[in-house]
Amino acid sequence: MNFSELFKLTGLLSRFSPNGKCLASCVQYRLVVRDVSTLQVLQLYTCLDQIQHIEWSSDSLFILCAMYKRGIVQVWSLEQPDWHCKIDEGSAGLVASCWSPDGRHILNTTEFHLRITVWSLCTKSVSYIKYPKACQQGIAFTKDGRYMAVAERRDCKDFVSIFVCSDWQLLRHFDTETQDLFGIEWAPNGCVLAVWDTCLEYKILLYSLDGRLLSTYRAYEWSLGIKSIAWSPSSQFLAIGSYDEKVRILNHVTWKKITEFEHPTTIANTKTIVYKEVEKSPSAETERLSLPPSRASASSWFSTQSKYDISQVPVSLHHIKPVADRANPKIGVGMLAFSADNCFLATKNDNIPNAVWIWDIQKLKLFVVLEQLSAIQSFQWDPRQPRLALCTGNSKVYLWSPAGCVSVQVPMEGDFQIVSLSWHSSGDSMALLSKDNFCVCYLEREEV
Amino acid sequence: MGDWKTVTVPVLPSDGKNIFQYTSERRISSPGMNSQVLRLPLPSSKSMHTFFSAFCTEENIEQSLSYLDRELTTLGFPSIFAEPRGRELNLISVINCMNELLVLQHKNLRAQEEVEMQHLKLGSDMDHLQNCYAKLKEQLELSKREIVGLQERDRQLQTKNRNLHQLLKNEKDEVQKLQNIISSRATQYNHDMKRKEREYNKLKERLHQLVMNKKDKKIAMEVLNYVGRADGKRGAWRTDKTEARNEEEMYKVLLSDFEQRQKQLLVENAELKKVLQQMKKEIISLLPPQKQKPKERSEDGPVLSDLEEDIGELNKENMWELSCETVREQLTNSIRKQWRMLKNHVEKLDNQVSRVHSGALNDKDVISREDHELETEKLELEIQQCKEMIKTQQQLLQQQLMSPCDDDTTLLLQDCYLLEEKERLQEEWRLFREQKKNFEKERRSFTEAAIRLGLERKAFEEDRGAWLKQQFLSMSTDYKHSESVTTPSAFLGSPDQDNRLAKSASRQRKPHCLSSPLSAESWQQTPQSITNNSAASTPPARDSKPNQWEESEGEETE
Repeated sequence: MNFSELFKLTGLLSRFSPNGKCLASCVQYRLVVRDVSTLQVLQLYTCLDQIQHIEWSSDSLFILCAMYKRGIVQVWSLEQPDWHCKIDEGSAGLVASCWSPDGRHILNTTEFHLRITVWSLCTKSVSYIKYPKACQQGIAFTKDGRYMAVAERRDCKDFVSIFVCSDWQLLRHFDTETQDLFGIEWAPNGCVLAVWDTCLEYKILLYSLDGRLLSTYRAYEWSLGIKSIAWSPSSQFLAIGSYDEKVRILNHVTWKKITEFEHPTTIANTKTIVYKEVEKSPSAETERLSLPPSRASASSWFSTQSKYDISQVPVSLHHIKPVADRANPKIGVGMLAFSADNCFLATKNDNIPNAVWIWDIQKLKLFVVLEQLSAIQSFQWDPRQPRLALCTGNSKVYLWSPAGCVSVQVPMEGDFQIVSLSWHSSGDSMALLSKDNFCVCYLEREEV
Repeated sequence: MGDWKTVTVPVLPSDGKNIFQYTSERRISSPGMNSQVLRLPLPSSKSMHTFFSAFCTEENIEQSLSYLDRELTTLGFPSIFAEPRGRELNLISVINCMNELLVLQHKNLRAQEEVEMQHLKLGSDMDHLQNCYAKLKEQLELSKREIVGLQERDRQLQTKNRNLHQLLKNEKDEVQKLQNIISSRATQYNHDMKRKEREYNKLKERLHQLVMNKKDKKIAMEVLNYVGRADGKRGAWRTDKTEARNEEEMYKVLLSDFEQRQKQLLVENAELKKVLQQMKKEIISLLPPQKQKPKERSEDGPVLSDLEEDIGELNKENMWELSCETVREQLTNSIRKQWRMLKNHVEKLDNQVSRVHSGALNDKDVISREDHELETEKLELEIQQCKEMIKTQQQLLQQQLMSPCDDDTTLLLQDCYLLEEKERLQEEWRLFREQKKNFEKERRSFTEAAIRLGLERKAFEEDRGAWLKQQFLSMSTDYKHSESVTTPSAFLGSPDQDNRLAKSASRQRKPHCLSSPLSAESWQQTPQSITNNSAASTPPARDSKPNQWEESEGEETE
């Protein structure tokens, strides 16, 4: 594994281009576009204000930079650095901004979710979508980019509108039987839309592309409900993580639960492998002491090496008891991700914050538990292979694959606390982001 | 008879003892009587005396006698007097009476003994029973006390149970109440939320209006130049057609997804059906073909025929991949039946095995299993070897067929397979021809021999004929001439016949025997010699002969 040097970054805004050739990153109000393999600066753009959000267009030719405070979106072209485009929402304000799948339209959500404006880069036309729902995931595009689903709320009732992205024509408009719609997500095959309710009500509805209700699923009443959902890449399974620390998997044929995954604090099954991160004592390096100590060795003194040990089952995991009288308690399955080959599901139970649970989907059983020394910040599957990368807020990156797992210390000077990571689309490299910096990690083919 | 003392004896059972005493007195003097009596205790002589003297004294002998007589007669004994009202004693009757009285006494004593024994027994029984009664009474008391205690405990437990039930009910009620509270609060919150939301919407509308009314020039997009569409096409107006097209597209997408899923399901179904059929066949093969119990046979009968039908049907149906319900049901039902039978069979085997392990010394099963395993291993090895062989042969065959080569080699190669055969054929042809030649030779030699034989015979006949002629001529002239004329013809016929026979014989024998190369020459020679010989015998026949021979030659050569 090779690591690049550290580069400045603000706001965890670092994105790989969809074609995998460039990497865009923000430093305050500047947008830096680099080449992925050499990390040389290809372009440098200056925006009018601090950038809050950047997004590549689907053809990797344009980047939009959204500045919510000023209500401005600036679009830059990679082919023509002189080309510029500025969308000013003025007093309408700006809360969210995203590209349409064809890479030629920008959807801006105005303040208070008054409306969504669709600006076109090809024509002078502007479209408006009224009454958008103010929720976490209110806009969802199908994977092939043909259809867009928008959650709306009129007269205290939730609706979903399906638009055709090519000409923004309203295809279907139907109401949903939700109390307070929380999110919508398309299945990867683009034929089923999952709509789920607020956490006060465990309810998930599945609609077909033409607006028919296919199925409703309610696991229980009254307790806090759905926290996160994830579709499997083949659209065969829908994993629902809820506040009762369980993941329920629905199958696409009957839309009924096929299994439940529990996240207990004690793991008793002998067939589960539990990897525990332990600190390695740094005594091995004493021979190489030299005065004055170089920067690299100094940092290595302060950072401790760690490795994975296999713990003997039964294992009791470190868990926290969430505060009972606060909203959005840190309990339940908050992070869910399927691997790209549909074989594994990685979950995190928020009241066992140091552990990642990896489930074997073929056998519908718990496969591996990774117990870290500190709370897990984020994890992401490799887009090509069943390989999981995770970070826990220290300067190490952890990789797991069915062959084993490894903890890699990022050889950086100073403090580099990795808070987020993102894979390159080829699976050969990874961007590791901290609050102020980022670096790119290049993986060799045979690694792990 | 000894001295006997008479005493007034009241006839009371309690005085049996006294009678006892008297008898004992008597018995001592005459020891030939019952020994039983001797064992009896001897009474004191004094009391005896008083008793003895009490009844009869010298003064009242007659009175006592008459009294005794009266008593005895009333008791049923015969009178002791000789005459009914006489005074003389009938001694014999007196003795008899005494004997009878003794016997009676004995009986009574025995009875008394028995009674006394019984009395003792009864007494002891009574004691025993009384003890038992006392014990039982105690036990009864104890158990009564126990019962009371248990009843008390039972009552306590029941009350506890009732209390717990009550608690449970209370808890349930509370839970229900809380749920009701929650639901009512939820509805209240929802209502409040909706109210607030409506207010919020109103504010939003107001704000929106204000924002739109302002006609903010700032809300605009500045762009250097418009970019072309991603797919390079021009934008199109939105019309009904486009709407219809969009609908169509959407349905197409949905349909394609459904089709894909259906295909997958069909494939899965077909696979599963195949697996089920395989399983069915294997289960059928596993089950023993014959069963001992007639019950099962009767089950087997219709089932097997059903199976055969099923197999036939399902094989046919799988060809066309029909999936109607009846077929599915049939398949699953037949598999269930077979599986049940297999299960029963396995259970029976298990029982047998367990019986074997527990009881009989039947080691055959164990050994046979081991043998079976060994055999299966061997078979598997064989199978592997055969498979490898087949593979290598296939490879070689493929190589030979697939290897590219030019024309000459192709020709050669084309012929190479047949080369062996060709050579073999050629050899066979050669052999065949040789054989044919040999046959010819043999035939010729045979014909030669036949001809020679014929000639010799003819010569012999001629000689005979000549000799006979001479004889006849010597004996008679005219009569014999005619006969001699005929005889040569007859003789001619016979050698011809012989020749014909020889010909047929040689013809028959032609393919079987080898002919020598010299036969050809001899063949040519013989007709000449024949003609010469024939010329020697009779002229008309000789003329015909060469013709015949020529004909035969022609025939032969044909």
